Amino acid sequence: METVSSTTSNANAPVLVFEDVYKSFLLKQKKIHALKGVTFQVKPGIVTGLIGLDGAGKTTLMRLATGLLIPDKGKIETLGVNITSDNNDSIIIQSKIGYMPQRFGLYEDLTVQENMDLFADLQGIPVSHRRQRYDSLLHMAGLKPFTSRLAGRLSGGMKQKLGLICTLVSRPEFLLLDEPTVGVDPVSRRELWQIIYHLVDEEKASVLISTSYLDEAERCAEVLLMHKGKIIGQDKPSYFTNQVQGRTFLVKATGMSKRNLQQILHKVPGVIDAIIFGSGVRLVTESDFSLPDAVKNKVGELHIEPIAPRFEDGFMALLKSIEGEKRLGTSSLKLTKKKKDTDHSDKKVIVVKNLSRKFGDFYAVKNISFYVKKAEVFGLLGANGAGKTTTFRMLCGLLPVSEGIAEVAGTDMRTAPSEARSKIGYMAQRFSLYGNLTVMQNLKFFSTAYGLAGKRRKERVKWAIDSFALGPYVDQNSEDLPLGFKQRLALAAALMHEPEILFLDEPTSGVDPFARREFWDHINQLAENGVTILVTTHFMEEAEFCDRIVIMANGQILTIGSPEEIKAQARTKDLPEPTLEDAFIALLEKRTEIAEAA
Amino acid sequence: MKTNSSFMRLKGFIKKEALQVLRDPSSIGIAIVLPIVLLLIFGYGISLDAKHIPFGIVAENKGPAVNSFISNFFNSEYFIPVEFKHVQEANAAIDEYWIQGFIWIKDDFEKKLLAKSVPKISLIVNGVDANTARLIEGYVQGIWAKWIEQNAIQSGLDKSLPVELDYRIWFNQEVRSKNFLVPGLIAIIMTLIGALLTALIIAREWERGTMESLLVTPITVKEFILGKLIPYFVLGMAGMILSLVMAIVLFHVPFRGSFAVLFVASALFLTVALGMGLLISTIAKNQFVAAQAAIIVTFLPAFILSGFIFDLSSIPNPIRTMTHVIAARYFVAILQTVFLAGNVWSVIIPNCAALVLMAFIFLFLVAKRTSKRLQ
Repeated sequence: METVSSTTSNANAPVLVFEDVYKSFLLKQKKIHALKGVTFQVKPGIVTGLIGLDGAGKTTLMRLATGLLIPDKGKIETLGVNITSDNNDSIIIQSKIGYMPQRFGLYEDLTVQENMDLFADLQGIPVSHRRQRYDSLLHMAGLKPFTSRLAGRLSGGMKQKLGLICTLVSRPEFLLLDEPTVGVDPVSRRELWQIIYHLVDEEKASVLISTSYLDEAERCAEVLLMHKGKIIGQDKPSYFTNQVQGRTFLVKATGMSKRNLQQILHKVPGVIDAIIFGSGVRLVTESDFSLPDAVKNKVGELHIEPIAPRFEDGFMALLKSIEGEKRLGTSSLKLTKKKKDTDHSDKKVIVVKNLSRKFGDFYAVKNISFYVKKAEVFGLLGANGAGKTTTFRMLCGLLPVSEGIAEVAGTDMRTAPSEARSKIGYMAQRFSLYGNLTVMQNLKFFSTAYGLAGKRRKERVKWAIDSFALGPYVDQNSEDLPLGFKQRLALAAALMHEPEILFLDEPTSGVDPFARREFWDHINQLAENGVTILVTTHFMEEAEFCDRIVIMANGQILTIGSPEEIKAQARTKDLPEPTLEDAFIALLEKRTEIAEAA
Repeated sequence: MKTNSSFMRLKGFIKKEALQVLRDPSSIGIAIVLPIVLLLIFGYGISLDAKHIPFGIVAENKGPAVNSFISNFFNSEYFIPVEFKHVQEANAAIDEYWIQGFIWIKDDFEKKLLAKSVPKISLIVNGVDANTARLIEGYVQGIWAKWIEQNAIQSGLDKSLPVELDYRIWFNQEVRSKNFLVPGLIAIIMTLIGALLTALIIAREWERGTMESLLVTPITVKEFILGKLIPYFVLGMAGMILSLVMAIVLFHVPFRGSFAVLFVASALFLTVALGMGLLISTIAKNQFVAAQAAIIVTFLPAFILSGFIFDLSSIPNPIRTMTHVIAARYFVAILQTVFLAGNVWSVIIPNCAALVLMAFIFLFLVAKRTSKRLQ
């Protein structure tokens, strides 16, 4: 309440000033230039978004602003204090700012209350002032019932909210958040934003938040776009969105699959971005674009309708203008077309009936039923702890079934899980690669692990290198690969034994939009070749790429259907065009109401 | 309003450390379970004494003098004697590890004795285990000396017989190895808590990302170092008291010095150990590396090169010179003195001085290397 701001002389003074800041690191004898002459100011009293791809320099910028790092060159002023000078100044600043690093350091063996007490002690908050502050923060974060629970026992979203309120105990004037929403489900994500808005509106704090989720940029009052260590733009998000006004379309073709259509449109000159959206393809084009006749003839009957642009479209267009033609998610994957695998029989390759999994008395998965058809891309969505991973593990034969039926590729997982495993490929959350083995050694190892030998093994290793364009990297350690290539390698490893079904567990968590596009290009091609794909995700845009999805909560299925069908369920007068995220949250809220009424 | 109280920060930090130790099974393992296991192993299990050694006797001519000499072996608790007719048999028995050694009494023994010349016996010992071999040598010499003395008195003959081996053991009259092993263990336990546990716990802060959150709070470097030192200092002193109580009550190790000296010396050594732990943690930022470094740099030297098990004066010179940088060696010397000999100031003062010097060096390095920046 009585935030005395005697030191901040002018209410309109910027809270953060960077003047021509340079910073480089030495990483394995290679000099990495993280920031290359960065100049900007962050305005007080608003939420400023720091947007950029992985490796753009966002985290380095945050650490410099908090005094954790010292720049090689340039001047930094945080809340009017020059923090580049010496150590004492950064301590003055540290009692006025709140900083939440990417992996916020909660003490998992302390309870929620003890974590808050620790940060209150470290910030020197008098005990008499705490009660009220705790109450309002815990209320906002919805953590009131859990104060005596160990932080390690909280779900991912709750941990993130606890991390945020711990940094808020001291009522910071300036809050810096480094990718606070990575790996957080949409509901918790929305709650995190509510806390942030509350802080700005009620407590007049200033916020700098970095993210690689582009839909979050639209929630900011202003955004800073970062690319390769430089600031490439600073304005309201709508400014960037308006750049592509009139250049965004939804294209649907009656005579061909959305994936085929996407691949064709992708290669058309003048197309900046083409991604699958519901049953069609979302297109971002250059300003004077018209679809060439050759393409029209090839595709057949087309419906093209204009669609409102999003921030992401503007961002992609801006990057394309900087980067030129290359990149933008064109897959170099050359899959050998399987000979006539297009018997479009609706063969069900996964059948789940009344499936349950118990841990003690607790049902992690309770009585779920669904099926997946051949060559389908099938998504499992749900908040953290909804039972997605448990379902996944049962289907991969990593976890025994408690009750019910689980059939994968014609094999009963209750009796012969090992038989099914040879038909399954699995890519774990944090691509399980051996970081200190080279690309070639990783491929050789995984092919052996899948029981390949002799000529077949050689062929498959060669196939992996050729199809994923790993040639230039074969002798590099996999930990030194660019993220996109790590992802390719992990995918290649999971495909060594030509599985019929591919399981992907949050494959693009924390990955930037470029790498995500590239990855989905591979996945789409696999689906076109008859591979069935099961994917879990938090990322709602990714769910749009699926043919059908299930939404899970508390171990049960809330709904099954195509993205369009599920969006239609949430359509109301107030919200005629709901996004998948809106639908998802509406479903969860409805469920909570029912649960509370009961 | 904010009160910028350094005391509040320190108190909060120490409380957090205490809670973490209590809740984390691995800290409890290192701080409490491991010390107790070590104490029990060294108190009950491992003994460097040799008793009931299978031992051969080859007497070529058994007269009364030989018989009286041999009977001493049968009465000794150190030996289980076995008689052999020929040397070859005894040799074979050694080869087969059936006996550890034998004495060979030649047939001219009695004759020489009567002629008042010095009789000779031969001792053959399996030297594979040098420690046991040396012990056997000592025991046999003891028996030999005693017999010669008796024999001389009985026969009223010459007290001038040459074997005059005066054998007295000071400080540890019963020659029980646990009397010096158990006090030495205090040094090992303090190294575990001070260096290994501390290094691990800070590395864990880096690994779990809690360090970055801590660094941006107003906590100062001084508070951070103190906040880490104090809880583990208390824990280490508790480990020392536990060992002290177990040593005296359970293992009946004598304690001849003063408790004050023991406490002061322990506090000094613990400060050095904590300094080493903190220093390791400023360099090793993951638990695996920190554990490896702490074990190799602190724990193993404390075990092997401190005089805890192996007497420092019996190891080669170059290595002995190296042991001067090992803090545990000074502490083990103090411990063994305080327990078994008493307050021998000529031992205690120089060793304490060495510990003070090392404590200063390590804490200085820690303060210099710890910074509130990430680089």
